[in-house]
Amino acid sequence: MGSRSSRAAVIPDVDSIRRETGFSQASLLRLYQRFRALDRSEKGYLSRMDLQQIGALAVNPLGDRIIDSFFPDGSQRVDFSGFVRVLAYFRPIEDEDTGIRDSKQPEPLNSRMNKLRFAFQLYDLDRDGKISRQEMLQVLRLMVGVQVTEEQLESIADRTVQEADEDGDGAVSFLEFTKSLEKMNIEQKMSIRILK
Amino acid sequence: MDLQMFVTLSPGNWLLLLVALECSEASSDLNKPANPTAQHTPNARFAAASSEPDERISVFELDYDYVQIPYEVTLWILLASLAKIGFHLYHRLPHLMPESCLLILVGVLVGAIIFGTDHKSPPVMDSSIYFLYLLPPIVLEGGYFMPTRPFFENLGSILWWAGLGSLVNAFGIGLSLYLVCQVQAFGLGDVNLLQNLLFGSLISAVDPAAVLAVFEEARVNEQLYLIIFGEALLNDGISVVLYNILIAFTKMHKFEDIEAVDILAGCARFVIVGVGGVLFGVVFGFISAFITRFTQNISAIEPLIVFMFSYLSYLAAETLYLSGILAITACAVTMKKYVEENVSQKSYTTIKYFMKMLSSVSETLIFIFMGVSTVGKNHEWNWAFICFTLVFCQIWRAISVFALFYVSNQFRTFPFSIKDQCIIFYSGVRGAGSFSLAFLLPLSLFPRKKMFVTATLVVIYFTTFIQGITIGPLVRYLDVKKTNKKESINEELHIRLMDHLKAGIEDVCGHWSHYQVRDKFKKFDHRYLRKILIRKNLPKSSIVSLYKKLEMKQAIEMVETGILSSTAFSVPQQAQRIQGIKRLSPEDVESMRDILTRNMYQVRQRTPSYNKYNLKPQTSEKQAKEILIRRQNTFRESRKGHSLPWGKPAGTKNIRYLSFPYGHPQSAGGDSGAAEFTDDDSSDPGLPFIKFSTPSQTGSLQKRRRMQEAIPMKSLHGGGKAFNSGYQRNASQEGAVGGGRRAASRPKPLFHVVDEEYESGGESEQESLAAGSRWTADRGDSREHDKSHSPLLQRK
Repeated sequence: MGSRSSRAAVIPDVDSIRRETGFSQASLLRLYQRFRALDRSEKGYLSRMDLQQIGALAVNPLGDRIIDSFFPDGSQRVDFSGFVRVLAYFRPIEDEDTGIRDSKQPEPLNSRMNKLRFAFQLYDLDRDGKISRQEMLQVLRLMVGVQVTEEQLESIADRTVQEADEDGDGAVSFLEFTKSLEKMNIEQKMSIRILK
Repeated sequence: MDLQMFVTLSPGNWLLLLVALECSEASSDLNKPANPTAQHTPNARFAAASSEPDERISVFELDYDYVQIPYEVTLWILLASLAKIGFHLYHRLPHLMPESCLLILVGVLVGAIIFGTDHKSPPVMDSSIYFLYLLPPIVLEGGYFMPTRPFFENLGSILWWAGLGSLVNAFGIGLSLYLVCQVQAFGLGDVNLLQNLLFGSLISAVDPAAVLAVFEEARVNEQLYLIIFGEALLNDGISVVLYNILIAFTKMHKFEDIEAVDILAGCARFVIVGVGGVLFGVVFGFISAFITRFTQNISAIEPLIVFMFSYLSYLAAETLYLSGILAITACAVTMKKYVEENVSQKSYTTIKYFMKMLSSVSETLIFIFMGVSTVGKNHEWNWAFICFTLVFCQIWRAISVFALFYVSNQFRTFPFSIKDQCIIFYSGVRGAGSFSLAFLLPLSLFPRKKMFVTATLVVIYFTTFIQGITIGPLVRYLDVKKTNKKESINEELHIRLMDHLKAGIEDVCGHWSHYQVRDKFKKFDHRYLRKILIRKNLPKSSIVSLYKKLEMKQAIEMVETGILSSTAFSVPQQAQRIQGIKRLSPEDVESMRDILTRNMYQVRQRTPSYNKYNLKPQTSEKQAKEILIRRQNTFRESRKGHSLPWGKPAGTKNIRYLSFPYGHPQSAGGDSGAAEFTDDDSSDPGLPFIKFSTPSQTGSLQKRRRMQEAIPMKSLHGGGKAFNSGYQRNASQEGAVGGGRRAASRPKPLFHVVDEEYESGGESEQESLAAGSRWTADRGDSREHDKSHSPLLQRK
């Protein structure tokens, strides 16, 4: 690993990234290599089309939205720290994280709440903090095959919002979203093993 | 379970059984005591005819001997196939038990029939038939369908586990059984150490690939899958090598004379046999890859070349007493990469299917032999030996798994958890390999051969049925701690969304591997090997037309099912619905859940799905096509309003989207107008573009404008001639990844938006050829996910 550490110095702002995301040195290095491999024209940042060239994303029904999540606030470029920040949400939750963290520090990116927030933003395109019925319908449409008719989709969307909506405003807020998923093992579902 | 399965057999099956019964009855009448080989019968027939010249010519004759062997073999194979059809008809069954259970049962059935009808010449497998004809197809199929990239990344672990694991198991079981045999009470005193060791080596030949199909539901991670598959692959070879060495030892008549030097020689031989076999295989692999370079004009013989060279590698290695199994495996692995690029699409499909078919036939026959020898009088049941064999098999497998993985985990980046190790332990199912080796023990050297055979059969039955059936629930239990029985629709949707999200992010992360070695090999491969072994100027003109055909067909279907009609996406009606929240009955909810479960897109599996007995149907391609078509249309919609970067308004011409245009994610498509593109170009039967209207999105107009700027002119114009009309959409998108990876060697991006105005009519086809060839040449290099079934879109 000796030769590796000398290369770590090449990563810009490596220490602040480490602190913010909690990745290990080795993981960061690998992510940096991946970043550079994706950045074919060596611009130093990734644009949407770089991510679109990942073939497997093209056949992912949520491919567009996943790519969008790398570009918050409408920016067109994502540098390495932004790239890693998104991936940090998918770091597996270790037991050490939950124990020693003191309450004054911000929650680590890969906490359950933050993972849920990340998933929430995939639904909530207009960022109003609520998943409207329309947004739910759009997501459904993305994820379901062509055999399902529009009426069926609409009734499913209705039902979905209805199940989660507690205050009756016809939309699912983040808290309602969290509540509806409280039984699910989010920590495992939204963690990628290789991102230690 | 058995009754249930028999019920599902079709009536045709019963008819076949009756026919088989009849024929074997007939044969037992007609059978002469001498061995009715094919050579005798024609002579007999002619002799009979000539010796009685004044007999009337009979109108109807029955001569069963002439066709007996092929006839019966065909009947058995057909019976097994019908049973498999029945097996798969009841769709839950393949998840409950591995298919080898079914084959064993069919074998037992045939054995029972043969035994019951008192067949005079029951089928007997001898050593040459097994090793020369039945074994190579099975091994070839295993080697060919192995995903190469992950295999080589995990090669160390796999070799460590498969190699050492077999050795530890073999010697462990052998020695323990020897100790048991020493106990006088069991009456096994005459089984000496060498025989026990030999038995240990043959009983340690596991066939875990048989249970892989049962894992499909539980999401087994790639590493685990690879280890199991790799073990299945190498284990046969190693067992056979060990077996042969020990047989050689046994043949030395004076056991007491085995000295240390012999043992050392044995070890050296083990290594040489293994390594030599692999080298042979690699050489033959390269030769056959080289030859396929020149077969473009007679593509019909391409499968023949592939099979013949693999078989030749096996035979050549066997001639020199090297390991034929390892040779044929290495040949398949080496050959696959280059051959896949060289051969035509039809040959490729033929090779795959034929391989599956051959291995399936071989395995069926071996199981039939096993069934025949089960139902027979040639057993010797010794309680102690058999029970201890079972016990020791499990114990030693557990020991070897946990010990060896403990060591190898120290060196792995992603260690195997205890759960994984339990699964590996439990997947130690013995199969046809052990039986064959036991059956072929020479009786002269093994007076108690029957006992060995019986013990082997018991182990096989036990592991296949009990472990095979319970491994599914075990894996699911280990994987999912809490099972939410009734998931609300909410949860189902969100779970699926998260699965897709996770798969997507995993794809963004890519595969992490030891870059250095792989890069070096890739460089070497690219610079030398590919130049020699891959065809130049692959004429793939029909790829373009195939894509267009598929795309057209799919688009037509989608329109006809009414999904993409303009009314589907209309917005205004929805405003009314917000008011009425219906009270839904439980049945409605149930039906909704059903709809969701059945129709939601599957998450893309990163692990290649290998099924030993079947080639998976291509449902994922259909799904991928749908997704791509939808996204293409939304891309087109969002592009419609803006001018293309090189300054022409979009609406005025026929833009043919031949690939993914850069950049507009769905959210930015704010176009409410209908886009209508018709392709008037008569020279090229392009896609009929269907009229779509997009849903009005809430994306802001500003976003759209910004998208526009995002396309740097440079990358579109890269290399001067930026416009290609090759339609290169690829469901598995492996080429795209290749585009991402090789920045230096490819100045032109693989995907462009083509602007029809810039093409001259005659050039378009040619450029599409060039693009197609370049794309396909890239594909092999950049293959990230080595799927065992290449999607139809990918090749000609």
